[in-house]
This record gives sequence, structure tokens and C-alpha cells, in this order.
Amino acid sequence: MTIEAKADRVLSRGGDWDFDLLRTYDAEIRAIAEEFELDTYPNQIEVIASEQMLDAYASVGLPISYTHWSYGKEFIRNEEAYRRGMRGLAYELVINSDPCIAYLMEDNSMPMQALVIAHACYGHNSFFKGNYLFKQWTSADGIVDYMVFAKNYIFSCEQKYGIDKVEETLDACHALMDHGVDRFHRPSPLSAQEEQHRQHERAEHARKQFDDIWRTLPRSAVDAEEKTAKKRNVFPPEPQENLLYFIEKYSPTLETWQREIVRIVRKLAQYFYPQGMTKVMNEGWATFWHYTLLNEMYDRGLVDEGFMFEILQSHTNVVMQPGYDQRGYSGINPYALGFAMFKDLRRICEHPDAEDREWFPDIVDKDWRQVLDFAMRNYKDESFIAQYLSPKLIREFHLFAIADEQKAEHYRVDAIHNEAGYREVRRKLSRQYNRDILVPDIQIQRYEHMGDRSLVLRYNRLRDRPLTDDATEVLKHLSCLWGFKVTMEIFDEKEGVVDKMEVLPAGQRA
Amino acid sequence: MSMIIDRRLNDRNKNATNRQRFIRRYKAQLKRSVTDLVAERSITDMGRGGEVGIPVKDISEPRFRVGQGGDRDMVHPGNHSFSPGDLIEKPQGGGGGGSGQGGGGEGGDGQDNFMFTLSKEEFMNLFFDDLELPDLARTMLGDAHQFTMRRAGYTPSGVPANLSVRRSLQNAMARKIALASPLKRELRELEAAGGDPDEIQALKDRIERIPFLDEYDLRFRHKVKEPKPISRAVMFCLMDVSASMSEQKKDLAKRFFTLLYLFLSRKYEHVDLIFIRHTSNAEEVDEDAFFNDPQTGGTVVMSALNLMAEIIEERYPSSEWNIYGSQVSDGDAFGSDPQRSCSRLSKDILPLCRYFAYVEVPDSPTSITPLAAAYSQIQNSNFAMRTVMHRSDVYPVLRDLFQREAA
Repeated sequence: MTIEAKADRVLSRGGDWDFDLLRTYDAEIRAIAEEFELDTYPNQIEVIASEQMLDAYASVGLPISYTHWSYGKEFIRNEEAYRRGMRGLAYELVINSDPCIAYLMEDNSMPMQALVIAHACYGHNSFFKGNYLFKQWTSADGIVDYMVFAKNYIFSCEQKYGIDKVEETLDACHALMDHGVDRFHRPSPLSAQEEQHRQHERAEHARKQFDDIWRTLPRSAVDAEEKTAKKRNVFPPEPQENLLYFIEKYSPTLETWQREIVRIVRKLAQYFYPQGMTKVMNEGWATFWHYTLLNEMYDRGLVDEGFMFEILQSHTNVVMQPGYDQRGYSGINPYALGFAMFKDLRRICEHPDAEDREWFPDIVDKDWRQVLDFAMRNYKDESFIAQYLSPKLIREFHLFAIADEQKAEHYRVDAIHNEAGYREVRRKLSRQYNRDILVPDIQIQRYEHMGDRSLVLRYNRLRDRPLTDDATEVLKHLSCLWGFKVTMEIFDEKEGVVDKMEVLPAGQRA
Repeated sequence: MSMIIDRRLNDRNKNATNRQRFIRRYKAQLKRSVTDLVAERSITDMGRGGEVGIPVKDISEPRFRVGQGGDRDMVHPGNHSFSPGDLIEKPQGGGGGGSGQGGGGEGGDGQDNFMFTLSKEEFMNLFFDDLELPDLARTMLGDAHQFTMRRAGYTPSGVPANLSVRRSLQNAMARKIALASPLKRELRELEAAGGDPDEIQALKDRIERIPFLDEYDLRFRHKVKEPKPISRAVMFCLMDVSASMSEQKKDLAKRFFTLLYLFLSRKYEHVDLIFIRHTSNAEEVDEDAFFNDPQTGGTVVMSALNLMAEIIEERYPSSEWNIYGSQVSDGDAFGSDPQRSCSRLSKDILPLCRYFAYVEVPDSPTSITPLAAAYSQIQNSNFAMRTVMHRSDVYPVLRDLFQREAA
């Protein structure tokens, strides 16, 4: 193919874009994505101005959310930083919904818009649709409706019960948001309509069943006996990790509308749960695909060199990984690691060497598309790294593991990128993405439902790591929802219960 | 098929309510910041927004988090010199933990204060809150331009409420006459000539068919918004700056002057401020010296009033300027000064003034000061006098003035 012939097919030159061009690029990118068998939700691409991007940031990326001061805080923080030039804005924002909503900023150049379309509308989108965590824990088709329902419901609560009371409840729920997820139990799908229907039915049932006369009946002796027998029972029979769920169901003092609010926040936590578990994979997947799709466009002569230069410059910035001792280091860049791993997987399939054959015997020489697709669907960060991080990448990233022990005077280097260290580095890096490392393991141990109605929590301390001072504040919020004393035991595997924290609800504090 | 939607024209202020909630929640802290701003700002600058700060720890949202300490493993990139078994010095002091591991927390701004800019409205609201301003006064002060509606003839379109029945019917009548008269003439001629009865009937029908009221007959009363007549005002700020006036008293004075200034600057397009301070003699100074330059010496109120009268005579003839006076003092006055001041004020100055307010900031709220005793004899609806011990007392001084304007 001659250069002239190639130039004929170029979709556009320069940075300017218009809506027709966006459509053309989207069509081309989609065609290529389909050739690569990317399965996506339909796309809804929305062009917005920078102020609107700031708005979108504040409500944690949802197109609509209920009113809360913390969103105002986020908004002000971003706006100030943006105005002072301390931060730029993300080029894109994508929402796990069906259709998949992606925001493009109007200030982006055409190559950047194409990058965003490839990254968000085909990369992230196919991840949202395919990954098992997203499939099981979120309902992409219901989320926008649900948020509209939540917003209206909370607004009506504010009208009925006052802004302060609603805010107090929401604050408390937000503090416990990380502990509002069932990790091992698949939640039921969201539906705003059903939700409203259920609320209505519950109220209706209570109304119909109301009969004041029952109150006057004397209690039978059998009843009383049963109760004393029950008293000895421990409740809940198993420790509960979903604090918000437990509060919603069993709090002795919450009003019905407060339970509904707890439920809304719990559903929200559930919706965001997979995103926290798949940061490396999700970003890596999207980055891998914008890289692959746009390079394919270039190979087919659809875009020119200028376009690719801009793409590559931005791509390089995104996947940069500074070393631990370099400026700007803030942990491992999920884009860099994820992108490198997916690219490396493709390499292992297509051009394996002896080392790969030894480490990954079951994927060498397989069709790379199937291997990547399988990885994307069935893993989260922790397992993905444990399964697929190759020695080659450990060498490229110069990864090393150090142990920080409280008693030791020094950090100790445990493993580096050598034959003896590969597996240990990989295991430890994978552990770093375990949720228990990021979110402390706190469970409900006992509810003294026949006694003083207090709630006993247990923090399962891992390797002597303490909680931050925030914990007391969170317990105060919890006791506000619970209405009675809340105790938290610090439990150590070896030593048993080592410490206790006790908080009384606001009215009963000295 | 992807859908591409242009949302740029959508509402850009989705977070306005969230922002309000945030300000509502931290009102107490913000008021403190606003107080600082009030202290360092000039009166004429008061009607702007401003940057305020809230301690970061006040606005953090607590979560259960794993803190520093205990044992942990970390994996970092970029090793270029370590071998297994190497020992690395732990960083001393502060954290003692690893360098920014995964969930290290969000408060990485390195600032003690969460700084942000209040808009003009937000700033004014907090400022007014402190003064416990009633809503009516707030809307009056917040409204930058006041308009009056003036009749301006008639227009062919409008809301039904503005329909002018008379005009519309006049038009209808004119139209009917204009349309019918040629036909009627023809009819008359035909009848006179004894023409074809069918033709006569056809003509009659045509005349019948002319509508009684047609859409283009309608006329509506037209009204235009017109800015209220603009004029100029001068505001005199008189203050006793002898040693007994403490910082706290001056702060009250400043708030009082500010409120009056805001009021005037909404009402008049141009407001001049004249600052007169006095001890035993009076001088005209700039704002900075007025509030911040302590003086020593006795107290002769008369001197300030004399100076004010002089300045009015020289520069601000009352035929061209609306004159407002405001005086703050702790009420100390000696000998014949209070009586003479009182008569000077009521005889020479008050007749020239649209309004004169006297604010007293005494040491104790119960005692009656010599100046207050003298001023209390003044009987004039343009004169207001009040003792102010606390910020919320400031507004009542001006209440009469505000209410008169709102009515």
C-alpha cells in the first residue's frame, strides 16, 4: 500500500472535532472492537463542559444522587483545586450502567475523544458487562432508575422529618459504607419500581394488621417460658460482616424511613464494591483496548501520524510507573500494572519463550483473545495478579517486597526480582489487593436482644495492625443508628480479645 | 449503535444544593472566618465574596481504617540496589510507616485548612446571619438593582390578565366598520336600485360574517421595567476614638457602618463615605486610620458635629445629595458638651439629613450615659438611637429605616 493510498482513508486531521466526526470515529472503533469480539452494553456518549465534569466528580461518578453535604465538600474541593490549576480534569468518566454512559469533555481534541471512546465505551464498557463481580454485584440496567428513586425518597424524608435528622442518618450510614457489602452472598437485583412497591406494601400491611386490642391480652405462661429459653441463645448465630444489613434488619430503635435510608446506602455500597476490587484489571483492560484499537486504526490508515503522536503521548503519561524513590511515586499505578499484564498475556500467547512455557503451560500458543477474555471475566485484582503476573513483568517493574515489622528496627527486603523471589513477590503483591488489607475485618458478634440490647462488634486484628482514631467516631455513628450501647472487641488470633471500645448513644453519654 | 448526546447546554449547577448543605453544616466555623474577613476588609469591599477556611479535621468523614503500626508486607517497584536480606533504615519521627501504601487515606493535601471561596451571596448571608437580619431586610440588601414597572402603551401580545378590554373592543369596532362600510354602501346602492334579491341577501350574509372580535383586535397593557431613579448619597461615619473605645466596640461599630453602607449602596448608585473621628477635636480621616489608628485624649462630641456641618456646607449641598449620618460612641461626654451637641444636631444637622443613627456601645448596658441622656430629648422621625452590646443588637437600630424603605 502506498502512502497516498493510505492517506485517502484518514478520517480527519488536526484536533478539531464535531458531532459527525465523533459518530464516524465511534463507528470505526466499534467495527474494530466487534472484530476483536468485545461484548459491550450499548453506548450513550455525552459531551459535557468542564464545569459539568466537576459536577459529575462530586457524586462519585453517578449521573444523579441524593443531596448530602459530603458531595458538596467534594465538589468544592475539586472546584478549588481545578481553579487554582492544582489538578486537571479526567478526560473521561464512565458509568457502569446499561446503556453505558460515558462523558466526553468538550475541550478534548479529536484524538483525545477517540482515545476516550475506545477506552471508556469499549474498554470499560466490556469489562462492566463481562466481569463476574460486576455481573453479580451490580445491576447496570437498574442503577440510574434506582438513584432517581433514592434521590426522591431522601428528598421526601427531608420534607417530612427535617434535613438535620436525615443528615444524621446519612452521615452514620456513610461512615459504615465500607461494611455494607455481602461479599459471599449474591444480592438481588435492583429495581426502583419494586422497591417502591415493597415500601408501600410494608406500610399497608402494618396498617391493616394494627389492632390495639391485642396489647391488652395477658401474656401466657408458655410464652414467658419460651422467652427465658431464648434468652440464652446467642444472636446472631454466626458473626455478620454486613453491618448495614444487620442494622437495617435488627436495629431496635430505627424508624422505618431510617431503615430505608440505610438500605439505600447499602445498595450504593454494593454497587461500588466491584470497582474497588478490580481497579488494576478494569483500568488495565480499558488501557489495553484503547491501545490495541487505536493502533489497529493506524495500521489500517484511518488515522495519521499526528493523531498517533498525541495518543501515544497521553497513553505514555497514563501508564507511567515511577520507582519507589522517584518523584511522584504514590504506590503502584493500576493503569501501568494492568496494562502491562494484559499486554504481557497477549505476548505469552503469541510469542512465548521457555520461561513462559514453564510458568504458564496452559495458555501458551492459545488464541490470545480467548485467554484475555477468560481472565477479564473470571478474576479480580487479587486473583488476577496471583494467577498471571509473569517473572518477566516482575523484572520489568523491578518489584521488591519488604517487610515492616513493628518490633524490628529496620525494614527487611524479603524478595526481589530473581529466581528465588518471583513467587514471593507475586504472592505478596496479590495480597496487597486483598480487601482485608484495605478495609479492616469488623463483624457483628452478638446482639443482646434479651438483655440491654447492646451490640458487640469484633475487629479481627491482622498482624497487630491497629485501627485509626476514627474508629471511635464511627462507633458513635453506629450507636446512633443502633440506639443502644455499642462495644467493639479487638480480637487477636493468638491472644484473644485484647482490648475493648465502648460507646453509648448520644443521649446516654455522660 | 451508540447514542451521542450534547449535554453542554444542560444545567451546570447540579451541586448547588450540596454546596449549600455543606455551608449550612459548617456555619459556625464559616462565621468565624467571615468575622475575620469583616475585620480586615474595608466597608466598601464588604459586598464581595471571600476566601474562607475550615479545619480539615472538622470536615473529615470517619471510616474504620487500618492505622500505622503492626506488621505488614509491601511491594514496591523500581528496585535498583537491594538484595534479599538487606535492611533499610525506617524513616524517623512522624508516621514511621511505609511510604504511601495503597489505602493510605485521602487527606493528602498537606493543608491544615480546607480553603475555599464563598460567593458574594454566601458571604452576605453569613454576614447577615450574624446580625440576625430579618428576611425582609435581607432581600432588600441582596437585591442589587431595584426596578419599578412603568406603563408603556399597548402591545398586541401579552397575558390575559393584562388584556385591555376597552382597547380591544375599540380595535374590533374599527375593524368592523372598515370591513363592513364598502359592503354596506354597495347594499344601499343595490337596494336603492332594487337589485337582485339573491345578491342583496349574499351581501347581507357577508356583512353578518364579519367577526365580532378577532385575534388581532386584542390589545394588552404594556409595562416596562425601569431602574429606579438613581441618585447619590453621602454617608457620614462619626466615631469617638478615645482610649475607652476597645477593639470589640470598634468591631460593632464597623458592622453597624457596613450595614448602613450596604443599604445605601443598594439604594443609591453612588455613595460617598466620610469618616470623622474625634477625641477632643475632630478630623476627617481615611477608613484605615478610622478603625485602626488608636488615639488618646478627651472627648468633645461637638467637634465632630461641627466638622460634619462644615463638610456638608462645603461639599455636599443637601439639594444635590442625600445625606445620611451615623455616629458611634461609648457615650462619654463632659460638661456642657452633650447638651450643646444635642441642640447642634437637632437644629442644624438633622434638618439636612435623610436619616441619622446614633449607636451607643457603653461598658455596661444599664447605666445612662450623658450623651444618651441628652440625645434622648430629640424628637425627630429621622433620628434613631440604640444601645448595642452584641452583634444582634445592630440591626434594630436600622429597623425603622429598613421598614420604611420596604413599605
